[in-house]
Amino acid sequence: MTASRTITVTVNGRRYERTVEPRLLLADFLRHTLGLTGTHVGCEHGVCGACTVIVDGDSVRACLMFAVQLDGRTIETVEGLGGPGKLNALQEAFRAHHALQCGFCTPGMLMTATDLLRKRPLATDDEIRDGLSGNLCRCTGYEHIVKAIRAVVGPAPSGTAANAATDD
Amino acid sequence: MKPPPFDYVVADSVEAAVALLGQSAGEAKIIAGGQSLVPMLNFRLLRPALLVDINAIAALSFVEDAGHEIRIGALTRHRQLETSPVIATHLPVIAEAMGHVAHLAIRNRGTIGGSLSHADPAAELPMLALLLDARLEIASGGGRRDVAAGDFFRGALSVALDDGELLTEIRIPKLPAATGWGFAEVARRHGDFALAAIATTLTVADGTAVDARIAMTGVADRPLRATVAERLLLGQAVTADLLERVAAVARESVTPGSDVHASADYRRHLVGVLVRRAMDEAWRRAQRGAA
Repeated sequence: MTASRTITVTVNGRRYERTVEPRLLLADFLRHTLGLTGTHVGCEHGVCGACTVIVDGDSVRACLMFAVQLDGRTIETVEGLGGPGKLNALQEAFRAHHALQCGFCTPGMLMTATDLLRKRPLATDDEIRDGLSGNLCRCTGYEHIVKAIRAVVGPAPSGTAANAATDD
Repeated sequence: MKPPPFDYVVADSVEAAVALLGQSAGEAKIIAGGQSLVPMLNFRLLRPALLVDINAIAALSFVEDAGHEIRIGALTRHRQLETSPVIATHLPVIAEAMGHVAHLAIRNRGTIGGSLSHADPAAELPMLALLLDARLEIASGGGRRDVAAGDFFRGALSVALDDGELLTEIRIPKLPAATGWGFAEVARRHGDFALAAIATTLTVADGTAVDARIAMTGVADRPLRATVAERLLLGQAVTADLLERVAAVARESVTPGSDVHASADYRRHLVGVLVRRAMDEAWRRAQRGAA
């Protein structure tokens, strides 16, 4: 008995009611059921961070939750940040600082950074690196991603900039 | 990589959850944070007929100062442990260790009860439960029982929970005044499971150690206490020489395995280095606390 059930979710401010199989992952629900393909699927076991979205204010791996668990919840995905011609400040900083190359990790990076920017002071670049440590990028070497987020936060207080070159 | 089919039920109370477990003859799994369970489902290492979701049981999510002990609900997220003022005040070694448990998005979902019940042999929380002499409360259709952390971990991914049982609460005795603590870990990448990690406490009176604890993870099929090394410290003032001897005894007490991440020799070496570091930290903190 694996009966489907109907859930109601709010994604980027819009309500959706859909019937889902219990085993449908949130990542696949967003991409295949709702057609929101901005959320990327990399490793499907919680390691790469590409599918990171925000559920009720907290960043989560969309490959490690089931859609059926999201009934009544509020989800933010990369589509909610901004779009072509109307990037938000974080997306604009990623563009200006070359914080993406192939773009595969970018949705997860942006949603993780969104959560970090809301909750942490990010006074040092080490703090930014620590916050990003669960998101893998194979193109940029991370340096430009850190710079982009730094640009949104504002300059690090003097005396902490030296942290920028420390290991991760 | 998609999970096999399963049925899904939301349990709104501990009683409902254990009733469902009891009826399902070992074919059900509890889903809490899901941060270990869902990867195992995605890999199809598990094929439960039923997932019992306990995330709606608000009564299982709390951190409470109960006087002589700290009570932690099994559904408490890692992120709550990391940021709880009660934990920061009374069990700072847990707050410190949480920074090493995976990453932000995982800590937002993962739970203490899930980590202890899953019992990955390189995880931090089982080691901390052992270090801090935690008692684990377990519910089933037949009632409740509690078990010491030292009796709970039975092997890799194996704990003293029967099919019909649910871990509901973790009770940790407060540490005496003038107790210092230490935590040291080496992992391949920040947030990965530990190649080896050590947590320590040291209680001092009149300049010498009256209680010493050393817990280790990543070096056996379950977390271990270095009991012989602990005893070397009793009645002693901690010196660099003593720390070297304690570290050497701890190092010789383990027989870790080799895998793609690290050889047995390297893990044993790490135990020595990390015990020395973590016990040195505990000694320094204990002296500050005693002053």
